[in-house]
Amino acid sequence: MIIRILSEGQYDVDGDTLERINMLDEEVMRAIERNDETIFNQRFHEVVELVRSGTALEHHQLSESDLILPAPDTTLSEAKKLFSEHPID
Amino acid sequence: MGLISRVSTIFKAKVNNVLDKAEDPRETLEYSYQKQVEQLQNVRRGVAEVVTSKKRIELQLNRLEQSAHQYDEDARDAVKAGRDDLAQQALNSKQALMSQMDGLSTQINDLAREEQRLTELQQKLTTKVETFRTQKEVIKAQYSAAQAQVKIGEAFSGLGEDMADVHMAIQRAQDKTQSLQARAQAIDELSGTMALDSGPMSTGDAVRDELNRIKAQSGVSDELARLKAEVAKEDTSS
Repeated sequence: MIIRILSEGQYDVDGDTLERINMLDEEVMRAIERNDETIFNQRFHEVVELVRSGTALEHHQLSESDLILPAPDTTLSEAKKLFSEHPID
Repeated sequence: MGLISRVSTIFKAKVNNVLDKAEDPRETLEYSYQKQVEQLQNVRRGVAEVVTSKKRIELQLNRLEQSAHQYDEDARDAVKAGRDDLAQQALNSKQALMSQMDGLSTQINDLAREEQRLTELQQKLTTKVETFRTQKEVIKAQYSAAQAQVKIGEAFSGLGEDMADVHMAIQRAQDKTQSLQARAQAIDELSGTMALDSGPMSTGDAVRDELNRIKAQSGVSDELARLKAEVAKEDTSS
């Protein structure tokens, strides 16, 4: 499973990690809904660290990613903007 | 739907949008590359404007420093002439300037820090865009219209992703630069009118304003006492 962290690079992670990422992602989402910046930063940071624990791909390796993470320094307001600008069709 | 799945969907749609548009992927690569070079120039220009605003604010600060120095001299002259009332006035004015100067210094430091971060980001992105130049040439060379698209697929969409990633990073840098520019300009305009104002800047809070006034007043009496002692000492020694 290849995951890209925007503005950083790509990592190869295993299936277990992916499951934990998905669980944390739900919590990130709830933090956005509740407008809770502290929890958002904490959980999102955990997700980023989980992905980083995988194997980093070389930059010239040009492979397609299965999942994309926003940039590690994404703020709560940026995340909210992302949702308001791209509503679910 | 979580944040990550959402970002993935948005991002992949972006990449596909770009890749599908062109009949010849070589054109897409070329176009994306040119576009990024252009956008990076915008970021560079934006940072340069912040630097200009910052320089203007520094000049204002210098001007305030000179005025403060002048008030100091005035107060000393007034004490020598036995006019404590005038000295008090001069010191009041100086006190007000000092608090404005403090505010400006903080703003200048903030701007400098942000500017530094943006410059580093811009350099990082420039390097990244530069590597695209080589990568796209390699992929273009590998591509021939007769070849099955599949063959070029993986490397092509990989590079497409990379380019879209940098594209988004550049856009973020642009947003940040713009808000920093706006901030720098606002401070610049404010600092231009500052010297005309009398009294310390309002904090927007009445109690805090009053406390600041009291603090400024006691600062003035302290300074007046210090000046008088100095002048008296000069008199006895001369």
